[in-house]
Amino acid sequence: MVASTSKYKYVVCDPNLCIGCQICEYVCSYTKTGEYNSYRSRIRTVRADEVLITAIACRTCENAPCVIACPRDALTQDSVTGIIHIDSVKCDGCAWCVEACDFGAISINPINKLAEICDQCETLEEGPQCVKWCPKDALEYTTPDQRAQKSRRELIKDSIEFPIKAKDPK
Amino acid sequence: MFGYCGKILHIDLTNRKHWTEEKPEEWYKLWIGGVSMATRLCWENITPKCDPYSPENPICFANGIFSGTPVPVGGKFGLASKSPLTGFIGDSLSGSWFSVAMKRALWDGIVIHGSSDKWIHLFIDDDRVEFLDATYLLGKGTYETEEAIREKFGDDQVRSCTIGPCGENMVRFSNVTNDGRQAGRTGHGAVWASKKLKAVSVRGTNGVKVADPDTLMQMSFDITAAAQGESTKKYRLYGTSTNMLNMNKHGLLPTRNYQEGTFEFAEMVSGEYLDEHHKVKVIACAQCPIACEQMSMVQTGPFAGAMTGVEYESLQANSSNLGISDMRACIQLLELADHAGMDSMSMGVTISYAMECYEKGVLKKEDFKCTQFPEGIELNFGNGEGAVALAKMIRDREGIGNLLAEGTRIASKAIDEERGTESYKWAMNIKGLECPGYDARGLKTFSVGLAVGTRGGCHNRSAAYDPDIQGEVNRFTIDETRGKVAADSEEYAAVYDTLPLCKFIRRCFTGKADRAGAWPSIAKLINATTGWHYDYDDVDMIGIRAHTIKKAFNIREGWTTEDDDLPWRWKHDPMTKGASAGYIVTEEELAYLKDIYYKAKGWTADGMLPKELLVKLGMPDVAEQIGV
Repeated sequence: MVASTSKYKYVVCDPNLCIGCQICEYVCSYTKTGEYNSYRSRIRTVRADEVLITAIACRTCENAPCVIACPRDALTQDSVTGIIHIDSVKCDGCAWCVEACDFGAISINPINKLAEICDQCETLEEGPQCVKWCPKDALEYTTPDQRAQKSRRELIKDSIEFPIKAKDPK
Repeated sequence: MFGYCGKILHIDLTNRKHWTEEKPEEWYKLWIGGVSMATRLCWENITPKCDPYSPENPICFANGIFSGTPVPVGGKFGLASKSPLTGFIGDSLSGSWFSVAMKRALWDGIVIHGSSDKWIHLFIDDDRVEFLDATYLLGKGTYETEEAIREKFGDDQVRSCTIGPCGENMVRFSNVTNDGRQAGRTGHGAVWASKKLKAVSVRGTNGVKVADPDTLMQMSFDITAAAQGESTKKYRLYGTSTNMLNMNKHGLLPTRNYQEGTFEFAEMVSGEYLDEHHKVKVIACAQCPIACEQMSMVQTGPFAGAMTGVEYESLQANSSNLGISDMRACIQLLELADHAGMDSMSMGVTISYAMECYEKGVLKKEDFKCTQFPEGIELNFGNGEGAVALAKMIRDREGIGNLLAEGTRIASKAIDEERGTESYKWAMNIKGLECPGYDARGLKTFSVGLAVGTRGGCHNRSAAYDPDIQGEVNRFTIDETRGKVAADSEEYAAVYDTLPLCKFIRRCFTGKADRAGAWPSIAKLINATTGWHYDYDDVDMIGIRAHTIKKAFNIREGWTTEDDDLPWRWKHDPMTKGASAGYIVTEEELAYLKDIYYKAKGWTADGMLPKELLVKLGMPDVAEQIGV
């Protein structure tokens, strides 16, 4: 993986493109558990109102507050990928990490009541399955600096109309 | 069993009890899910010939086979009761997360019996059932009700079906709403209110397992990708509203209560206009990769701020059909309907009936007195403000709204009896259900599809307008093939309504929407989900059985061949303008079409179900019940 110049990669959703179909939740829970269950999905869609829709997964913060909050040191952050790992032996489901996360990206497994978080499908060559499946390409596996580059390119494409189009070579 | 949970939840509102009924795999193989299983549950649990508003009329939910799996557009459930609008089967479909929650709570169906003396909010938490006091929800709109429930439980995964003020007031065409989608048309909201049931919420925490996940995932992925292509472009870009200009071109767009089939301001209420001026965003139903719902907002004028999803059927009923050319008034009407939990199609056709009554002097300005307009309303076609006011009167049963809330069949009968008029001639309903946005005078094959429809005037259960419009048959004439064409179209639609899958996916399997193009893929999806060994013929049988049980239900409720009829206007009153001008469906034509349709179905000349057919379909108990 090419390292980011700013920070870690993460799965991000464009709310303008997200239609709220929840296919990401099905695919995530299937990838992680072999069953379809939103309660086991590490990515969650949010419908704040009829048209305000997006999906949220772990954003791999620098100095991740969830790691700092864990009283049992069950959470660690990979220094290369930024992925948060949860040690299910140390975790006792106190949910301090859930409270510490500003994005609501950590969930509690309803069966064993322990914390679960997006690992960007790190063991799969294809990368995050939710991104692969998203029918509207609303999900992207990216970094902030890549997002910024994209924004700059889109800005210039949107705001400048070239008066002269390339002539037909004939 | 994979794909199914093997059990149905029964809830008795009268005695506040609930119990579980286990069903064998063979039962599921016959009834599958959706409208078919919902109708079968209604068949098994209703007291025949009961009053639709009595405790003996059950509310029957049936889940979808693919609900809770990634199979595109499979997140739907069927809902059935005896319809207060038609007196026959009221079967509806709705795409929603309610069905997914129901699957994860491990219920294939929910049957709600009896009736409560206090308003109830049912909460089904996996296998636990709670009868909650619904006072805190009363008077709230459908969206507000769902929001209040989410707030109460603090869990987004609690999914609810609710009724709005329109349902609470027992408007005969009120809906059951969930996630902004409607189980509409046949008046479920009024049935719920008769039982004092305001809302049903479900939370399911279990995972859904399928027989062959590898195949299911691969197929779902491929269909999801295909659903981003040419075959769904129309739905994705403009939604179904793009039909406005197309139907106008063919002279089939209901205009001023079906007086004409072409609207001079069609451009201003078209899907294209909507896209350019009002569209905010597209959104999807549960597990749908297409997303056809065009959320549209009013930015200026007296209705600024109104926002809702706009679709062809709702749009035509509340624009051209009302002579309204201001899209902003149409969006306001639809928002009002969706939040009140009112069927926007029946609402539009009821308002257009009242407008024609006003223009013909049957109803006067003072007949429309209300708080907002104490002097009454000059309800000419095109009066958007008046239409909105009348919609509110219907919702609240205020003034003449109280009568119009009974639908065009009952309202026209009462008005004609009281005033000695003939307004039944423009009461556009079939079996009491208001007609859809395709004028049958220019669609001869569809005319029989509509007339024989088991739930009345419905474009969803018969798709026979398609061969007419596509030019596969001559839409202005009849011949001996049409009975079969109509029967085939209805059984084809019933397959989708039973699985259920949204019909907009029909071209995404192989590019071709016909049986040969879709059934083999659908069989594979069923097999991967359940572990069964279904083939092409088995898929075909799903539709035939589904349609047969609905028909049997109606026969047991007292159906006779006279019930298969068309509105007076379509039989006597030709249009004067547009591509379908001059045509009607004569009594003789209709009688002939019904004849060849019954024949094509293998029914008797009276349209009854013969015993041999029922036995062949694996329904000998049905034969016994209807006495053949």
